Amino acid sequence: MTAHRAMSSDSWTVAGRTFTSRLIVGTGKYKSFEENAAAVEASGAEIVTVAVRRVNVSDPTQPRLTDFIDPKRVAYLPNTAGCFTAEDAIRTLRLAREAGGWNLVKLEVLGEAKTLYPNMVETIRATEVLAKEGFEPMVYCTDDPIAAKQLEDAGAVAIMPLGAPIGSGLGLQNLVTIRLIVEGAKVPVLVDAGVGTASDAAEAMELGCDGVLMNTAIAEAKDPVLMARAMKAAVEAGRLAYLAGRMQKRRYADPSSPLAGLI
Amino acid sequence: MSVDGSLSIRVNGEHRRVPGGTSLTEMIYQLGLDPLRVAVERNLQVVPRSKMAEVDVEDGDDYEIVHFVGGG
Repeated sequence: MTAHRAMSSDSWTVAGRTFTSRLIVGTGKYKSFEENAAAVEASGAEIVTVAVRRVNVSDPTQPRLTDFIDPKRVAYLPNTAGCFTAEDAIRTLRLAREAGGWNLVKLEVLGEAKTLYPNMVETIRATEVLAKEGFEPMVYCTDDPIAAKQLEDAGAVAIMPLGAPIGSGLGLQNLVTIRLIVEGAKVPVLVDAGVGTASDAAEAMELGCDGVLMNTAIAEAKDPVLMARAMKAAVEAGRLAYLAGRMQKRRYADPSSPLAGLI
Repeated sequence: MSVDGSLSIRVNGEHRRVPGGTSLTEMIYQLGLDPLRVAVERNLQVVPRSKMAEVDVEDGDDYEIVHFVGGG
């Protein structure tokens, strides 16, 4: 099967690391570590995002994420969620690099709590500093094609525009600008934030994105493990449809059965 | 430093006392933590894991000890 061949050889590469799964999942908001681990398994994700936080020094025996999701099997992508300045984000990632021992990170510098929209001035500044320090930042950003190019020039190894606000589940509100970013980028483009259900993920992939990053759409589903399976299938379906090349749209009907030989 | 030779430090924003002559690695173990599973910032500077055993805790030090938690 052509499709089968296309899928089995279809991988993507970010900063020299090659992955088969185009779905990156978050590890926040789950009811339990067990459910989180089961959802990651069902999603087929090879990368998970994680946050960097203070250890609880009053109760160091609490269960840890690493006990349930093995960083040797699934790549941990440390994020800077909650950082509102370049300095905070850089400080967080310097610690993350020490904790994890790798340079591939997710940078996000937020502008305000209400929308969690990225502050692009701070984001670009942080990207420059991080790239100089040897980090490989995958960068959460606005859907601005010019800002995306500036990020690339600053050293971003992947461009990750939002499709809608973080945790909103609104679906992609900006198909045109996401597509413009995909067309202009020389590094992978992943939709990060905004996906609510499987069709949203498929839509992102049909636009030609290299991947999709999501957390809440799976974690807040009634059955997160089942939704993780749905997202895996959707990302694969959207990718296949993109590779296959969709038909042209017509304004009127065009019969599928031949008109010749009609009785 | 106090009269009993103990050091006054801050760990993740909380005040603590440790005996004088404690290394950073020892301090982390005393907190019940595994040095291999955390990252440490000392007075705003990241301490490389390979250097933790060589670093002596000093009076007035401010530490941030972090690890990975679930996030998006």
